[in-house]
Amino acid sequence: MSGLQVNLAGMLSLIQDLGRFGVAHQGLSSGGPADLHAHCWANKLLENSSNASVLEITMGNASFTALEDMLLSLTGAETAATIDGERLATWRSFVLHKGQTLKLGYAQSGFRTYLAVAGGFDTPQIFGSSATVVRNKLGGLADSQGSPIAKGDIIPVNNLAAKSVTTKSTSQWTPRYFIPKYSDEISLAVIESYQATQFDVEAKQSFYSKPYQISDKSDRMGIRLQGNSVQSGINGVISEGITYGSIQFPPNGQPIILLNDRQTLGGYPKIGCVSRMSLMKLAQARPGSLIHFYRGDIEFETRAYCQFIEFFSL
Amino acid sequence: MKIEVSRVSETSVIIYLGHSIDLTLIDKIALFSHTVQNRYHGKLYEVIPSYTTLLIEFHPLKVDAEELITWCQQQVKEILSAKALPSENKLVTFPVYYHPEVAPDLERVAQDRQMTIEQLVKLHSAKEYTVCAIGFAPGFAFLGSVDPKIATPRHNEPRLKVAKGSVGIADQQTAIYPQQSPGGWQIIGNCPVDLFNIDHDPMMPFDVGDKVRFEPVSRERFLQLGGVI
Repeated sequence: MSGLQVNLAGMLSLIQDLGRFGVAHQGLSSGGPADLHAHCWANKLLENSSNASVLEITMGNASFTALEDMLLSLTGAETAATIDGERLATWRSFVLHKGQTLKLGYAQSGFRTYLAVAGGFDTPQIFGSSATVVRNKLGGLADSQGSPIAKGDIIPVNNLAAKSVTTKSTSQWTPRYFIPKYSDEISLAVIESYQATQFDVEAKQSFYSKPYQISDKSDRMGIRLQGNSVQSGINGVISEGITYGSIQFPPNGQPIILLNDRQTLGGYPKIGCVSRMSLMKLAQARPGSLIHFYRGDIEFETRAYCQFIEFFSL
Repeated sequence: MKIEVSRVSETSVIIYLGHSIDLTLIDKIALFSHTVQNRYHGKLYEVIPSYTTLLIEFHPLKVDAEELITWCQQQVKEILSAKALPSENKLVTFPVYYHPEVAPDLERVAQDRQMTIEQLVKLHSAKEYTVCAIGFAPGFAFLGSVDPKIATPRHNEPRLKVAKGSVGIADQQTAIYPQQSPGGWQIIGNCPVDLFNIDHDPMMPFDVGDKVRFEPVSRERFLQLGGVI
């Protein structure tokens, strides 16, 4: 088989496309890239559709060898990537020749790196998507049943990728303006909704007044935070649909921001949602980072997100 | 009651159709869910019904949120006030082997409720249940409601492993575990039928609003149907 051979898989490397939709009513999670911004740029640099399958690499420390010439791109967390020991510029497309090894160090800033190939990785679709959701045992490489990428795997590449090396030899890069500076202290816009109006006023104030720290128990299901305990005063919520970015408070009062692999229904009180643009920032914040919340404006946030999806034809 | 349709995020709205669990509401929510999907076909990401709510996730360039909210308010008013509803709901019957060898809590639940296993099985299999919501795990359907005489709270400590097909009770709800998973429900039987299979179309035999019945089967029949002891 031809493709990209995995020498070192890192902490968590997952095949992702935009996600699996129209299945939440059956209890399945959508999956999809935690950082939509870096995912979309990785594909755009190769003139791929935004839905092409890419590899989401958490915390770096991964290495791959090309089994044929291929055109790749690397965006997201900065990992001091090299090709056969030579430093590689990121947020660009580049050629990895047959036999060459691409190596990512530990992430130095940011948390998740996106590796894309021209034409997309050739992974099977289940319900219209290759997105890996480990807890649903779905997506990823053929017959992997939703497992993360492992050492020794060969990630198949569409033949198109090899052709692209000759036809698109000039490098594409992301304009500097669009490359975020990842930080370990960030502010997130909250769109108040769900039970927000029923929260105790003091509880709400305490939520906004001090930063929270990202716990190392966080994963793609939810970002767990540590800080001021928020006792909403709400006595039980009948299980309801949970949307992307919902902020829920279990009895211990420590907020959880629900991400791509979230459960579809839940009965904890929710103060609202982190805005879509803010979620892209959050995806690059590592455990230990500080999170400030501020009350966002739904109209402003919607306009920003609409511009984003228009730009990437989502 | 006041119908509440409210914006949840840039790309979603939620509709509250009631404030307490009410089985008659489930059919209305199921109908509303189908109506929304037909009208906005190709413009929605997800439509997620639950006991008293419907969450709609939409494409913000294809759907105008204000238009959607106004339409939902109108539509829900009509559905809630309708006397008779057109129903697309089906009835699905599942075979269940009720026996301690596949049901670790059967004897104790019967004892606690001061009845024989036979009486418990009879009460559990006599009712027609409604699929109120699907979640927790793929294909996990919350079925309402069991006879109050057999309603039993969950275990204080969830089991780490509940066998695939286990039929459980949690308070007034009952359900079948589609896959082996951790879980705290009281297990009183096992269903040998696949509830969630990604190779099947549809991958699940029911939808929210559908009706479910349990049919007690013998050990022999259970094994014939692929049951595992």
